[in-house]
Amino acid sequence: MSKVAAVVRNAGSDTMVNVAQAWAEEYAKVNAAVSVEVSGGGSATGIAGLIDGVVDLANCSRRMEVSERARAEEKNHHGVVETIAGHDALALYVHPDNPLDEISLEQLGRMYGRGGDVERWSQLGISWPHGEDDRILLISRQSNSGTYEYFRNSILGKRGEFRAGTRDLNGSKEVVSLIASTRAAIGYSGMGYAIEGVKTLRIKAGASAAVAPTVESAQNGTYKISRPLYIYSLEGAAAAITNYLEWILSPAGQAVVRKAGYVPLVS
Amino acid sequence: MARADFRETPRTRAARHRQGGARWILALAVAAMVLPMLSIVGFLLWKAAPVLSPDFLLRAPVDGMKAGGIWPAFLGTLYLVVFSLALAGPLGVLAAIYLHEYAKESRLTKLIDLAVLNLAGVPSIVHALFGLGAFVAFAGMGRSILAASLTLAVMTLPVIIASTKEALGAVPRSFREACWNVGASRWATIRAVVLPNSISGILTGFILQVSRTAGETAPIMFTGAVFYKSLPEGDLFAYGLLDQCMALSMHLFTISTQVPGVSDGVSYATAVVLLGSVLAVNAASIALRVYLRTRKRW
Amino acid sequence: MRRYWQRIEERLAELLIHTSGISAVIFVFAILFFVLREGWPGLASGAVDLGQMLFSGDWRPTSPEGARYGTLALVVGTFSVTVVAMAIAVPLSLGAALFLSEFAPPAWRETLKVLIEILAAIPSVVWGFIGLMVMNPLIVQFTGAAIGLNVLNGGIILALMSAPIITSLSEDALKAVPDSYREAALAMGATQWQTAWRVLLPTARKGLAGAALLGLGRAVGESMAVLMATGHSVRYPNGLLDSVRTLTATIAAELGESAVGSEHYRALFLVGAQLLVITFAINWVASRLVRGGTK
Repeated sequence: MSKVAAVVRNAGSDTMVNVAQAWAEEYAKVNAAVSVEVSGGGSATGIAGLIDGVVDLANCSRRMEVSERARAEEKNHHGVVETIAGHDALALYVHPDNPLDEISLEQLGRMYGRGGDVERWSQLGISWPHGEDDRILLISRQSNSGTYEYFRNSILGKRGEFRAGTRDLNGSKEVVSLIASTRAAIGYSGMGYAIEGVKTLRIKAGASAAVAPTVESAQNGTYKISRPLYIYSLEGAAAAITNYLEWILSPAGQAVVRKAGYVPLVS
Repeated sequence: MARADFRETPRTRAARHRQGGARWILALAVAAMVLPMLSIVGFLLWKAAPVLSPDFLLRAPVDGMKAGGIWPAFLGTLYLVVFSLALAGPLGVLAAIYLHEYAKESRLTKLIDLAVLNLAGVPSIVHALFGLGAFVAFAGMGRSILAASLTLAVMTLPVIIASTKEALGAVPRSFREACWNVGASRWATIRAVVLPNSISGILTGFILQVSRTAGETAPIMFTGAVFYKSLPEGDLFAYGLLDQCMALSMHLFTISTQVPGVSDGVSYATAVVLLGSVLAVNAASIALRVYLRTRKRW
Repeated sequence: MRRYWQRIEERLAELLIHTSGISAVIFVFAILFFVLREGWPGLASGAVDLGQMLFSGDWRPTSPEGARYGTLALVVGTFSVTVVAMAIAVPLSLGAALFLSEFAPPAWRETLKVLIEILAAIPSVVWGFIGLMVMNPLIVQFTGAAIGLNVLNGGIILALMSAPIITSLSEDALKAVPDSYREAALAMGATQWQTAWRVLLPTARKGLAGAALLGLGRAVGESMAVLMATGHSVRYPNGLLDSVRTLTATIAAELGESAVGSEHYRALFLVGAQLLVITFAINWVASRLVRGGTK
């Protein structure tokens, strides 16, 4: 009934869902005979779909684990192909009226971590002009988000726990929208989700100077909280799938990555 | 009786004032429901106006879904509505015929009535769970238009049964008796007389369900609707039954919560298209109801 | 020959009809069956502890220290938003029903009913959109709250969503009171308001309570609107301006993110079963009341 020649099912990381959609949109101009179906669901769901054979390309903002790989290979009798399609710099956002410009990883740990001592803006040297409530409103993600995991691993440590009372939002975009309208808020989301109405903080790691998240700083490693974006597929996949993957890695696909606000591969 | 008996006393005056006051307060209650609705609809239209155009409906989204149109979502909703109604309609009508024309009042019918009521009360997200467990997983359809349509069909079934029963009930008993008196069988009576005379009510019920199906998000979110699907524009047959699809309701949810930088115009316009389609279909149903009432022959 | 085919057609039609008749029963049981089928292994394997699920407020399905599936905070979240919604919707709907049934000039009645039908037709995702884009900034502006996605927002939206059904069912309940009651009251010199307040409302109270409960059932089962409007915070709310998460929103938010067959997935199906129990109970009580009608 369908007039397209082939369907490519691309699902997984919510961080990558927008760039995945942008790829599909752009690719339709290149090859109209292939229809790409894009969904989110999180890295774990993408991997599970790959294992079950209902997803052709699984987007992951974290590395596939050995056990997951083994299961995929066992169930599908094909090896797993790992492709890095770009990078995502994790940005910290605050309201534009917030005088804060930079923050250190260590301060973030004390702010977000359980038992941390930074709870008020005044502790960071910020004072609100009209004496409003000084408490820091922490915006976070829901617990099964790859972004949440990455933030926890890099800021709080692998066994670290978030403090209670964070607002756990359901999407990268919601975090930014909320911060844009909430003075006392701070939150993390992909660099690509920046909008006009928020301010991106420079991040200070250790003793080096604070660095803002940009394509360049992420590529040369001076911006410390940046992670690779993976796409997993199976060996022996149909031509439509491998052609699409190749296109994603090509300059055309990488241009889409940059436009979407992510960090393209260093060419 | 003396005229003085009808003179106003302080008590009756107070009652009269209270009556007037009560009337105002009650009218206010209605206003509190109707005015927000009107202002919301007006506000939506106002914010959507710069973007609304036939192009918006017929073109695909561009620029990371921040701009362009909503064609794949519109087509997807169309598919879902058509298939789910094609499945739930006949089943619902037949079930209603059973309940109204065949079944005698018994424990079975009471059980069925209770079941219909309970089915109608199932939260839409639980329908999503059911669809996921039964159609996507157990029946092996995977996430597809087929699975999503079936899920929607189960959701609309009880209402179709209820509205068809009502329509059948509106046909006077004498019609049936006349047929029985000349020796027609029950089914022949239904086919020749009852159904044609109740078709208006049945259709009205169908049409109302169209708008409900178009508006639901939860049942399709996990059974067949996707974030995005690239699709050639203008092709009415672009979707396959086992494909996943975009849908208007899902699309509104997606651009509100997951796509950064969508302009207000596009978001509001999507909401308006969804709301507008739903209201247009409801209006068609009311118009049909009125038209057929004038054509009634009894 | 013709009679033969007619009889076949007759038999076939009746077979289809009888089977369709019990379809509703089949589907209700099917829903229960499949929800439990996917959720039960979670309980059976011990991954989800029923006691914890029902009595603990700790919902942390992906915590590194061990997943916890306590739904009490979610139940309180559902409860708080629905209570606010009913507190707004029931008086409004009752008032509207009274107005439409007893006080409205006939010319207005049809128009108002159509307008209320429009209110009922608005899809839930559009309501969520309204909560997110319109009510959010309004609430922030008028209450100075940090975020406008909270119990109040969800409550107002749910109120507007359930009002039409409560109004229409209440109107039915009032209409079911025989005219002789009204005539008797008027004959004794009562005003319309006194009749309504002292005769009609008490007489129709069962049907009115049923109407309110059905509205409540609808509010409890609503997912998209609350998902977008209540702010996603798994916690016991301290007030109207706090964000919460309802049972329905939790399923909607997390189902897409849980791998099929995982513990988390099973726990969500169990939450679904929980929801079924709650809504079945509400709808059952409601239907008894509505059916009871007037004396």
